[in-house]
Amino acid sequence: MGFLPKSRTARRRLTIVAVAAPILAAAVGLSLWAMRDAVVFFYGPSQAQAAQIPPGRTVRIGGLVETGSVAKNPDGSVAFTVTDNTASTRILYRGDLPDLFREGQGIVAQGAFDRSGGFEAKQVLAKHDETYMPREVADALKASGEWRGEDGKTANAPDGAAAAR
Amino acid sequence: MIAELGAFSLVLALALSAAQVALSAAGRIRGSEPLRRAGEGAAGAAFLAVLVAFGALTVSFLTSDFSVANVAANSHTDKPLLYKVAGVWGSHEGSLLLWCLTLTGFGAAVALTGESLPKGLKASAVATQGALGVLFLAFAAFASNPFLRLNPVPVEGRSLNPLLQDPALALHPPFLYGGYVGFSVVFSLAVAALIEGRVDAAWARWVRPWTLAAWSLLTAGIALGAFWAYYELGWGGWWFWDPVENASFMPWLVGAALLHSAIVTEKRGALVGWTVFLALAAFSFSMLGAFLVRSGVLTSVHAFAVDPARGLVLLAILGVTAGSGFALFAWRAPAFAPGGVFAPISRESSLVLNNLFLAAATATVLLGTLYPLMLEAATGETISVGPAYFNLTFAPLMAAAALILPAGPLLAWKRGDLKGVIQRLTAAAGLAIAAAVLTYALVEPRKAFGAVGVGIGAWLVLGALAEVIERARVGRARAGEVWRRLKGLPRGAWGMTLGHLGLGVFVLGACVETGWKQESAEVLAPGRGLEVGGYALRLDRAGAVDGPNYLAERASVSVSKDGSTVCTAEPERRFFPAGGQTTSEVALCFRGLSDLYVVLGERRATAAGEPGWLVRAYWNPWARLIFLGPLLMAAGGLVSLSDRRLRLGVAARRAAASAKAEAAA
Repeated sequence: MGFLPKSRTARRRLTIVAVAAPILAAAVGLSLWAMRDAVVFFYGPSQAQAAQIPPGRTVRIGGLVETGSVAKNPDGSVAFTVTDNTASTRILYRGDLPDLFREGQGIVAQGAFDRSGGFEAKQVLAKHDETYMPREVADALKASGEWRGEDGKTANAPDGAAAAR
Repeated sequence: MIAELGAFSLVLALALSAAQVALSAAGRIRGSEPLRRAGEGAAGAAFLAVLVAFGALTVSFLTSDFSVANVAANSHTDKPLLYKVAGVWGSHEGSLLLWCLTLTGFGAAVALTGESLPKGLKASAVATQGALGVLFLAFAAFASNPFLRLNPVPVEGRSLNPLLQDPALALHPPFLYGGYVGFSVVFSLAVAALIEGRVDAAWARWVRPWTLAAWSLLTAGIALGAFWAYYELGWGGWWFWDPVENASFMPWLVGAALLHSAIVTEKRGALVGWTVFLALAAFSFSMLGAFLVRSGVLTSVHAFAVDPARGLVLLAILGVTAGSGFALFAWRAPAFAPGGVFAPISRESSLVLNNLFLAAATATVLLGTLYPLMLEAATGETISVGPAYFNLTFAPLMAAAALILPAGPLLAWKRGDLKGVIQRLTAAAGLAIAAAVLTYALVEPRKAFGAVGVGIGAWLVLGALAEVIERARVGRARAGEVWRRLKGLPRGAWGMTLGHLGLGVFVLGACVETGWKQESAEVLAPGRGLEVGGYALRLDRAGAVDGPNYLAERASVSVSKDGSTVCTAEPERRFFPAGGQTTSEVALCFRGLSDLYVVLGERRATAAGEPGWLVRAYWNPWARLIFLGPLLMAAGGLVSLSDRRLRLGVAARRAAASAKAEAAA
């Protein structure tokens, strides 16, 4: 095969490239292909209203659980409202809520809107750390001008009241 | 007083680390033995100083000294002893102190044990390790000091997050940090090699035990974390492709690649540049992990002790360290002599392939983890990348790597005999394919991917065994000869077998659990039951119990199969008044390799209107293997490590003997 380089080192390099290129190409191709379907967009309730999300597309909605909005249905499902204090989204969830789910707590729900504009969640995420606010929720609150800071977020310097709780 | 002692020791450690850099560097440049020795002494002293600081913080936690802000924020007088200790590393400041302790500890270990290292290389490595220590200790002392006092002193602390009050998670950070920071030694050795401009077999022989130690600790740490997520979070899952999980997984993948490429560098002197590159990358990924976890730039369900401002400092440290490491690499690495030549079919080639797959897999995980950050920076849109992405990219790459894995150890160095290897693996391949086909045909419900997974897992396990059988000539030699050969196998070979076996065991567990797990949830009144995975569960009673620092509801659920009771599960739902938080304490019923997983949910009315409890139960077939596999891998690493030690000793003794012989002549 005359087109191959004569030097042994160069040939060796060529072999390595010939083996590495398909693997890397496969990795890149797979990544791009998978990225199309696996990416889930996040919206705050007011952004979700503005964005006109088509029914059936999987998205994440995040905000604070509105106080007094949690209703437990007899069929075991739970309905609640998340809000960024400008707009709110009613969410229906069949399943057991995470332990950290509470009214007033920042949560993220993953699911899709149905045709009537209700949101059915497949998954509800609350964080493990009671003082931790999901960054998207914090940003969405900031975007809607409802940001009031995170209580006790600076874990290093608890104020007297919080420490003496 | 104790806290002031701690704060003083921390600053002292910083000064000693700076002295370590200066003395070692001066010793290297002037070629002065006393200066080098002084640098090594400073490394040991820096470790002792951090140990005193760590001890001071531990004492503050044990005595519940709430005048220390960090203790007040993370401890409580009612907390059990184990979690008072675990609280030391449960916060941002404390975990950074643990990081510094591990970093200086490894630094001292290199300084005080590396007698067989070339003197210049050792001095450069000790200096680099000292420089890392300076960066992290300065961060701890000035921006993240765990010894700050509070005034007025609170009467009671805010307690550690209840989810962290768990034995597996109490041990998880020390193991994880042992792994993360263990790679710092490899990093320092790589930087030292680049400074010295020489990488040889002796260097690789030094890199391997450190990589093995770090990688084994990291493996155990990740397994502990996964096990914690599995039974503490009550979702029945053990891996979510969450950014925080990926952050620990990327150094693991790079470390695994490094383990393999360092073998080639040690045995054949090839892949020198690549091995050095991986050595730099492993610790860079560790620091990236620390940054991602601590800064909270990525939304994670596991985010604890997050602080964006101090996260930026970590990013700066990462930039400085990795940046200078890789710049040094770009400058010096092209001068390295190319190593031994090998044929396309050879042990070297199989290890190169392994490295390509691991590197590509790391890249896909990195892309999936950082893509939300990149997209947000570019377009302002907020997204998350779900498990589907990782299943589509990571899984096929690792499956391909698994397919070639059993062939690697059977191939000879330089030029392998592919036909012979195929012959030796025919039986294993046949059995693995049979396992996949039978699984597909017989197990209900029918799952194609699960069956493929079983096939791959079986192939890895059988392949690992086939290699031992081949080496010991089982079936071809007499029993005595086989025994003699088995006994004669080096520990490194056993370590490899254990590691590969562990991977196979893990793949089997992960695929069977993912493919065939069953879930059932119902609101049950006492006396009622539900069914899952062929087991009948009955809620016998539920009532209140008091824990040391929590109030709990405990249910007693009897589990029976075919009418006979097999176990009683006692899941709890705990309420921690100190933080106002509720956690689930899952009950696990071990059924051989499988788990019956019972969670007590909240109190609810049943459909008939009776008072009841929500009970969720999962049947997780072969879940035990998911955690056994990594433990086997970590054990394999430790077994190999014991072999390396021995060989290092032999090499040193041989060197000493030849030196003596020379002196005599």
